[in-house]
Amino acid sequence: MSHEILLTQLLYGGAGILFFLLGVWSFISHEPLWRKLIALNIMGAGVFHVLVAVAYRGLDAPPDPVPHALVLTGIVVAVSATALALAFGRRLDREAPEHTSDAHGGVDDREDGTHA
Amino acid sequence: MLDPLALAVALPLLGALLVTMLPGWSRTLGMLTALATTGVALWLTVTVWSGEGLRSDLGGWGVPLGIGLRADGLAAALVAMANLVALAISINATGYFGAAESSRKFWPLWLLLWTALNGLFLAADLFNLYVMLELLGLSAAALGALTGTREAAEANLRYLLVGLLGSMTYLLGVALLYTAYGVLDLELVAEALTPGPVAWSALALMIGGLLLKSALFPLHFWLPPAHANAPAPVSAALSALVVKAAVYLVLRLWLDLFDGIATLPAAMLLGLLGAGAVLWGSWRALRAERLKLLAAYSTVAQIGYLFLFLPLLTAAPDGDTRERLLTALVLLALTHGFAKAGFFLAAGLVQKSTGHDRIRELGGAAQSLPAATFTIGLAGVALIGLPPSGTFFAKWVLVGQAIALGQWWWALVAMAGTLLAAAYVFRVLARAFNREPTPKCFLTDPRTEIPALLLAALSALAVGLAAQPIAVLLGAGV
Repeated sequence: MSHEILLTQLLYGGAGILFFLLGVWSFISHEPLWRKLIALNIMGAGVFHVLVAVAYRGLDAPPDPVPHALVLTGIVVAVSATALALAFGRRLDREAPEHTSDAHGGVDDREDGTHA
Repeated sequence: MLDPLALAVALPLLGALLVTMLPGWSRTLGMLTALATTGVALWLTVTVWSGEGLRSDLGGWGVPLGIGLRADGLAAALVAMANLVALAISINATGYFGAAESSRKFWPLWLLLWTALNGLFLAADLFNLYVMLELLGLSAAALGALTGTREAAEANLRYLLVGLLGSMTYLLGVALLYTAYGVLDLELVAEALTPGPVAWSALALMIGGLLLKSALFPLHFWLPPAHANAPAPVSAALSALVVKAAVYLVLRLWLDLFDGIATLPAAMLLGLLGAGAVLWGSWRALRAERLKLLAAYSTVAQIGYLFLFLPLLTAAPDGDTRERLLTALVLLALTHGFAKAGFFLAAGLVQKSTGHDRIRELGGAAQSLPAATFTIGLAGVALIGLPPSGTFFAKWVLVGQAIALGQWWWALVAMAGTLLAAAYVFRVLARAFNREPTPKCFLTDPRTEIPALLLAALSALAVGLAAQPIAVLLGAGV
């Protein structure tokens, strides 16, 4: 039984760390703001994945509530941070010249079309 | 019973909500909150100083689910500095923003930032430290962009993203520690921690994430544009307090949590980066063309000094040597907090009255703005490390212990940094004094000048002479 729990935790926790690394790679290697934001959210999802995996104590036992509380708080923080970054992006976008590719990581033209 | 720990976090939060609901009253309510919070912070510091460490569990909920707050000497010293600086910035902001629209936007964010600062200094567990760190980063980025210019928005978006990368990395470290030990409370984790791959990975992740936030060379790239483009009171808060909060967290983790896990080579690496920051930051400050950019690069350099202490602290045997080094480190952090805040507030006044802050064209500033120039001079005394500023004592200990512990190369870095600092401070002062005739009145705009002047005077005179009480405070409540 405890063997099965460990394996499950390892599988999900390992996937979480993989997510995190993918997110870091994508954050560093991509310039546009929205790609960076998605990368950050994937990093966050990776960390939350690890925490949820830690909370698992088998199908019969209730999960550890502490990591769950952490993940819920973490999600709220991540949503607020994403919202603030998007607000910055729109602010930059409003002034960006129409046809130049934005080298400063602002939201790109297609994104703007959906807002306007 | 009233609890200073809870009040220090709850008061500014309450104030932030109030000024959001009643924007017309934001200046009055904001100032009242600022005064009350500073009062509570000083009460807290005096309590810790008189010998008792504080600890409280909010709402009676203990570990693991409750939110714990605690204050020892280190936390109390930083809380006192941060709140005094924040009070001065608040007074300055009432004059700087006036009753304009931007004042209404300033106060809610500013009080939120204050909440996060106090929360971060007083938090007792790793996860609440994360929440406060994020709250601090979000409110700081939003405040920094208050001017609404494109440069400010760009710089602060970069600051926000870098900060998020840093705090996510920190959070993964926290998750690793929870996986291995099942506790989050700082003291409990410190007891449970044993050297091994988990502890080392967590150390690397958490400290690495925080280095991004504390702008240690070469991760400082986001700092100068973000700090130089913010409104003056905000620049003062960012440079003096927000960066210092991340450094405080590095120190807290290094000394309390990873004591015995962190090895000397790791500390040497951080010391080396600190040395890079001292030299590069001072050099760029010397070459800066704008006053606020000079101040921002000087912050990069001053943060570097703080990291020079880590290899010495790690190599020092427990006892007197270590305590003296820690006192010197805190003295340096406090002095820089006061000095840099005063410098930025004065630079803001120069920018406001001359319409620019180009150092080359500062001619006559001393004559038209004597108090602001005097402030820059006093803050310069502290930045260079002339006696009797706290920096002087701190560098004295740094150089002495570096030689005593056989790591003499840090002494060379400290001396080179001091020379460069003298050069960049005198470059500003030399430009400011070159026109006749002398002015008639010392103060030009009391509400913005007096807080700046007091901060600079505190940094140059008071903190150094108060080294003994600060040492007592650091020894208290451990």
